[in-house]
Amino acid sequence: MRSPIAWWHDPWRPPRILLAVTVGYLLWSLLPVAIAVLYSFNAGRSRTSWQGFSFRWYWGDRTLSVWHNDALHTALLQTIKLGVLATALTVPLGVLFAIGIDRWRGRLPATANFLMLLSFVLPEVLLAVALLFVITTVALPIELGTTAQVIGLITFQVSYPAVLVRARLATIGPQYEEAAMDLGASPLGALRRVTLPMLMPAIFASTVLVFADVIDDFVLVRYLSGSAATEPVSVKIYNTARGAPTPALNALATLLLLAALTAIVIGYLIYRYMSRSDTTTTDRGIGAFAGEV
Amino acid sequence: MAVSVVAAPPGAAHPRRDRGRGIWPLLAAPGIAWLALFFIFPTYVVLCIVFGQVDPLFRTPVPVWNPLEWDPTQFSYVLTHIVGPDGVFGPALLRTAVYVFIASCLCLLIAFPVSFYVARLSGRRKGLLLALLIAPFWISYMMRMFAWVNLLQDDGLFNKLLSLGGLFTIDVNWLVGQPMVVILGLVYGYVPYMILPLYAGLDRLPQPVLEASRDLGADRLSSFWRVTLPLCRPTIVAAVLLTCLPMLGDYFTSDMLSASPKTAMVGNLINDGVQSPGLTGQAGAFVMIVFLVALLPMLYYIRVTARGSEVSS
Repeated sequence: MRSPIAWWHDPWRPPRILLAVTVGYLLWSLLPVAIAVLYSFNAGRSRTSWQGFSFRWYWGDRTLSVWHNDALHTALLQTIKLGVLATALTVPLGVLFAIGIDRWRGRLPATANFLMLLSFVLPEVLLAVALLFVITTVALPIELGTTAQVIGLITFQVSYPAVLVRARLATIGPQYEEAAMDLGASPLGALRRVTLPMLMPAIFASTVLVFADVIDDFVLVRYLSGSAATEPVSVKIYNTARGAPTPALNALATLLLLAALTAIVIGYLIYRYMSRSDTTTTDRGIGAFAGEV
Repeated sequence: MAVSVVAAPPGAAHPRRDRGRGIWPLLAAPGIAWLALFFIFPTYVVLCIVFGQVDPLFRTPVPVWNPLEWDPTQFSYVLTHIVGPDGVFGPALLRTAVYVFIASCLCLLIAFPVSFYVARLSGRRKGLLLALLIAPFWISYMMRMFAWVNLLQDDGLFNKLLSLGGLFTIDVNWLVGQPMVVILGLVYGYVPYMILPLYAGLDRLPQPVLEASRDLGADRLSSFWRVTLPLCRPTIVAAVLLTCLPMLGDYFTSDMLSASPKTAMVGNLINDGVQSPGLTGQAGAFVMIVFLVALLPMLYYIRVTARGSEVSS
């Protein structure tokens, strides 16, 4: 048996304390969610004591299950709808913005870049309240509901693709595009046939990231929802969690989790395929995919 | 053929490139217009409502668009009710500062060792661990809070665990105004957002420098204290800011895990004001206060990250 001092001075000792903290953290962060998922399969009404396994809260129950209850599956559909719409609009807007800002020198693009970074770190509730004020007090042809939610989500998320694409543009450097133009390509042609293909992994990663973020969003979509018909899953959970919800709410949350994880897993596989020959991203692995710039 | 190329005027390539200059503003235009319309303009609208009037009959806010006619009544009402005998808003603001401070410290205490460990790993285990670490990042915040609501019920698993299967009687209502529960809820909710940037920064630490410090005689602690920590200070600052800035506007953690005014934060003041007629201007005033408080850290974050990307690129 070695003395504790010798153990401390041993340069080859495994980092047991760090390992313990890491494992403890993982258990603490994932176990509660796993239990919530487990109870979505509970046969009884309780969310605290186990009464047997069933799919009752997914589709078995005639009135209260996610499948049969209008309010619950409307929420799920609204979440997916917002995710698809907001992602489809955010990514092109952010990518074009990033490319334009990167090449265009001057005070205006510098200001725009600053604003974009500001929206990246701004507490979400501030933007949500400001947009709510705009829509309720200014006579714009926008009403609370899906349109307002999509607008808010785009504003909040547009910095993701912009930041990721700008970081990628910085690693690519200007030489490929200059070579293309020296060989006779027009600036737009060089952008389309050289730069954009090289940006594809970053664009794709930001697409998945934005989608996963949008379907988890709560603050913006709640303020801009207008009526119960446009409340997505996160708002539904918030509204009913402190009442006496049935495990159908667990089931709903589980389905949302499943949607996010499916998007991430498929996205990651495609991303790995796309960047398989790229030496600058391979060592980053999944980290490059979670918004790590 | 070669002669004709040499004979071409040296500036011939440039006009073509100059012609392309016009497309960059064109590409950026939609994004800039969007930010102007849905980011700058809303900020102005908040100001117009905070310094505007309230409809005497319907208690709805009436924005005043002309800055020269702004009326500071609502804003000064909020400011004068923070401290002193009428200080109804003071406790919530103080509580926000304390909660966010404690929660950020706890987050760092958890996130740093975890990301340090994973950044030092290599091989297959690293990929798996990293995926598990990032997983909470993709799980909805509401779902994670809801999971705790289930566990902390009066008859929930947490109380059952504490009572060791009925040995003791535990009658703590965890979900009614317990500050500790709210703080731990904040830590639970925001720790993934800190682990990610921390890991990214620690992963890029130059390994040879750390080895050199050990070779030159530094022991474990002083090598960490004098080499590792200074090297990753910008990363730590950025990671802490990324977690505590969103915490400043948080109201749903307190709502989900306590739902009591005893743990109300400034986000709750905003949320309550927005939803009740006549208080919209007050909510706007709190939005401005949070914005002003967050402004310096936000500018600092933008500067730190801008400098970091310049160095790396």
